[in-house]
Amino acid sequence: MKVKIIAFGIARDILYGSELVMEIRDGSTIRDLRRILVRQYPELEKLRHFSFAIEDNYQDENYPIKDNQEIVILPPVAGG
Amino acid sequence: MDKHIDIQLSALPLDPVHAENFVHHPSAGGIVHFVGTVRNQTQSKEVIRLEFEAYESMALKELKKIAVHVCGQWPVQKIAIHHRVGVVNVGGVAVVISVSCPHRKDAFEACAYAIDKLKETVPIWKKEIYKDGEIWVSAHP
Repeated sequence: MKVKIIAFGIARDILYGSELVMEIRDGSTIRDLRRILVRQYPELEKLRHFSFAIEDNYQDENYPIKDNQEIVILPPVAGG
Repeated sequence: MDKHIDIQLSALPLDPVHAENFVHHPSAGGIVHFVGTVRNQTQSKEVIRLEFEAYESMALKELKKIAVHVCGQWPVQKIAIHHRVGVVNVGGVAVVISVSCPHRKDAFEACAYAIDKLKETVPIWKKEIYKDGEIWVSAHP
């Protein structure tokens, strides 16, 4: 299935762009996606941490990703 | 509840007076403002400016969640949270939080909670620009 990855902050620098379409296995979870991304972009692992959001909500590692979903990578936030 | 809450992300300079005006309330005995401004240095490096970036739809939602939570935890009459996006120069205002409560103690606590929580959960990022480089704040251990 296809997913669209949207990256902000330092994640955008690491992925060399704010949007990226990826093909991942059906039934993948956020945890699987994290593994794939870290393999492809090892710099992500150097971050303090990073989270994922779908439809404006933080999602946990077990979240089952659906075809064509937009998934946002959230590096450590630093507002204020 | 909503008319007691004012959430804004702004690409234009923030005027703390707007937040202050919003939270005025006849039964408020204490109003606390937090104004976060851009420091000219961090760990002895000279900062030229900050650049804020937000995942706006989610940031608004998370800011609203904080405001709603604050209203549930303390007897808040009104709360305003205004945050900048884009470039903010040294001395510029990055964030304003204003809270009105019947008594000052609650207003202080509610305001402190709101800014602490904002820094933890709201998807906003800042890049510090120095004379000789730049860094995404808090990105690395």
